[in-house]
Amino acid sequence: MTDPLVKVRGLRIGATVYPPGEKPHDIEIVHGVDFDLMPGKVLGLIGESGAGKSTIGLASMAYGRGGVKITGGEVWVNGRDILKASLGDVRKLRGGEVTYVSQSAAASFNPAKQIMEQVTEAAISQGKFGKKEAEDRAVSLFRKLGLPGPDTIGKRYPHQVSGGQLQRCMTALALCPEPDLVVFDEPTTALDVTTQIDVLAAIKDAIRDTGVAALYITHDLAVVAQVSDNIMVLRMGDMVEYGPTDQIINHPQEDYTKALVSVRSIDHPEKAPAGEPVLKCEHITARYKGTSFDVLHDVTVALYPGQTLAVVGESGSGKSTLARVITGLLPPRQGKIVFDGRELTPDQPSRPIEDLRELQMIYQMADTAMNPRQTVGTIIGRPLEFYFGLKGAEKQKRIQELLDEIELGDGFQDRYPAELSGGQKQRVCIARALAAKPKLIICDEVTSALDPLVADGILKLLLNLQASENVAYLFITHDLATVRAIADSIAVMYQGRVQRYGTKTDVLSPPFDDYTDLLLSSVPEMKLGWLEDVLANRKMESAGN
Amino acid sequence: MHPVLTLVVQRLALGILLLLAASALIFGLTEILPGDAAQAILGQAATAENLANLREEMGLDRPALTRYFEWLGGIVTGDMGNALTNKLPIADQIAFRMSNTLFLAFWAALISVPLAILLGLIAVRYQNRWPDKLISGVTLASISLPEFMIAYILIFFFAVQLFWAPSFASINDGMTLLEQLHAISLPVAVLTLVVLAHMMRMTRAAILNVMQSAYIETAELKGLTTFNVIYRHAFPNAIAPIVTVVMINLAYLVVGVVVVEVVFAYPGMGQYLVDAVVKRDVPVVLTCGVIFAAVYIVLNIIADVVSILANPRLRHPK
Repeated sequence: MTDPLVKVRGLRIGATVYPPGEKPHDIEIVHGVDFDLMPGKVLGLIGESGAGKSTIGLASMAYGRGGVKITGGEVWVNGRDILKASLGDVRKLRGGEVTYVSQSAAASFNPAKQIMEQVTEAAISQGKFGKKEAEDRAVSLFRKLGLPGPDTIGKRYPHQVSGGQLQRCMTALALCPEPDLVVFDEPTTALDVTTQIDVLAAIKDAIRDTGVAALYITHDLAVVAQVSDNIMVLRMGDMVEYGPTDQIINHPQEDYTKALVSVRSIDHPEKAPAGEPVLKCEHITARYKGTSFDVLHDVTVALYPGQTLAVVGESGSGKSTLARVITGLLPPRQGKIVFDGRELTPDQPSRPIEDLRELQMIYQMADTAMNPRQTVGTIIGRPLEFYFGLKGAEKQKRIQELLDEIELGDGFQDRYPAELSGGQKQRVCIARALAAKPKLIICDEVTSALDPLVADGILKLLLNLQASENVAYLFITHDLATVRAIADSIAVMYQGRVQRYGTKTDVLSPPFDDYTDLLLSSVPEMKLGWLEDVLANRKMESAGN
Repeated sequence: MHPVLTLVVQRLALGILLLLAASALIFGLTEILPGDAAQAILGQAATAENLANLREEMGLDRPALTRYFEWLGGIVTGDMGNALTNKLPIADQIAFRMSNTLFLAFWAALISVPLAILLGLIAVRYQNRWPDKLISGVTLASISLPEFMIAYILIFFFAVQLFWAPSFASINDGMTLLEQLHAISLPVAVLTLVVLAHMMRMTRAAILNVMQSAYIETAELKGLTTFNVIYRHAFPNAIAPIVTVVMINLAYLVVGVVVVEVVFAYPGMGQYLVDAVVKRDVPVVLTCGVIFAAVYIVLNIIADVVSILANPRLRHPK
């Protein structure tokens, strides 16, 4: 039997943390992890944020990001313990034997240099290839990864190619020096779903054709199931479960793994449209100031009281612009918005306070939507004062009621946002929106920045609140699993138009138009061989090509 | 038209407006100052009668606006006019003085700019270790001392004690370049010490800021040496802020060297301007002021253009 390419034993990793109001101190973030990776095999590292998966990936290059330090254990690569190697030796390893593909290629490419120079840099400086050889190899990798104009794309600067293309360029960068191991760190997470599938397929083919081994890091079990031979499930720096992909997906042993496998299985039967719509958008056409093209064309949708309309689309489809029009931040060129039977004025400053109160918003980044210098109590109390003039004990009582509603209980009033987890922050934002007793809440990608299990909790909370408060949601998302979980009706947006609109069952049932088919089929499913099936049955090219 | 060209034209037009405003401001300020050229010439001996005579002779009895526009009209047609006090053509004086000032500024810049950037790169490479602290300490000390103090300290050691360099920086056309450089070595050293810290610290800060970027991690994970990471990946993205601060300091080398010129008795623009202010020689003050303002404006335009050229998004639009 061959020796493993990577052998990790008792890996411990620590970091220095700087909590607000406390002295900096060291914590351990990975508590002794073991695994082997054979040459040419793919190991999936999966877990939620904070599980330590990226940290372990970077440890295979003897690298600690920021204040992260490897504190113990052994990492053997190609038969030597790289934690004991000299700096010069480690530099030979990085970019030579082991390379790295990051989540955001857009940030990981140097904006001041042409793509070709960056793709070939490691191969040349490591002495693996001469300049000409390296460039030829890069071009053939560009071709293999399905990039348009493989002979010329290297001459471009990073801002001149799309996100999906840049992610493939990053894969070419990693493969160019003919490494033994590539660390893929969430390489498709930042991409649109229809682009993700192409990049995923390109990565999978490249791994197969070059015979390189890979550590594939992601929080999305359905994605990792498509590319991995083995999967390791991590949680808070500990290994939870480790085994062949088939076993982890189909026969998980641990409760945590089972929860990950069954995530996004909220069953939400749709409600039929009933009564007068709380919101009607009629023939909305809009464009941004100083531009000469419309970003919304003739958008007409309706939303009924106590129901959820999911607006689905990829980046650039106009879904967030629609929210801006409804809230009055971007007055439309044509069309009108009817809210609760009355037509809203197009621009936000001229709307009466009642209109503002009844139409609330929750944002994707709960972090930036709260003042970090205000306590949770102050944040939730503000709309109570502003809309209802509540003061003193009355206000305190209502704040506590709202905190109970979002399942945060006692002791949260005096905390600052920095002391909350991501899910808790989003809950506070929900409470702040609820405090105004709105008829409609616009939810703009509210679960996109959260881990799957946490996102599930938020969705369940939103559904419960809808049942008790009879509030309607306009739910903007790119994630179809979320749509299935929460929507009553769906509007699929594509290039500023409503491509398909109707009740959830209608929209999600065939026959589909080509775009909806592409979108639906691109959502990773938690089964082996899904990727190949989908690519074999596609009718339309995705925008990322 | 190329966007960069449009910008340059816009800035130049704006610069001319600024120059007009600056000249009006300088003229206004010289009017506010107590006394005038006639009084400065006559000094203690002035009587009301010979003051009035001299003013009439020099044309100072005419309204302020008339005198201002007379000067302005001359400048626009390329005639700088004559100095009030010694009747010599201002253009000749300025040509001589300006070339001296530029000679000094050029050599100071040639040494200080590359040195500051190199020291900045070294400070980043050894961030928070002794080379960084040494560089920061020495440059900060040199910027904290008044220029004349540094000048006298250097004169004491290198001119008085060691006889390496002259304490009077007098140059003339008969000297070879090497002799001229020897003559100005001490003022160049003083100016270098004065401008070094600002540029060095900005280089350090700008590069450290870029070092937080994700693409720096990419470069580190390619196994590049730290210096290559800084030089090849961080520096190209830090050019814009560095150029801005370099240009400010170049402007200072031309405009702000009065003290150094006086200490070393160097016949540059600064001394000329100070003399003119003392003598209330308004046309000379105005002309010098406008030239100084023009230097600032032109260098700032250069800084803006270089910043744009350094940004690939603007250089290579989609």
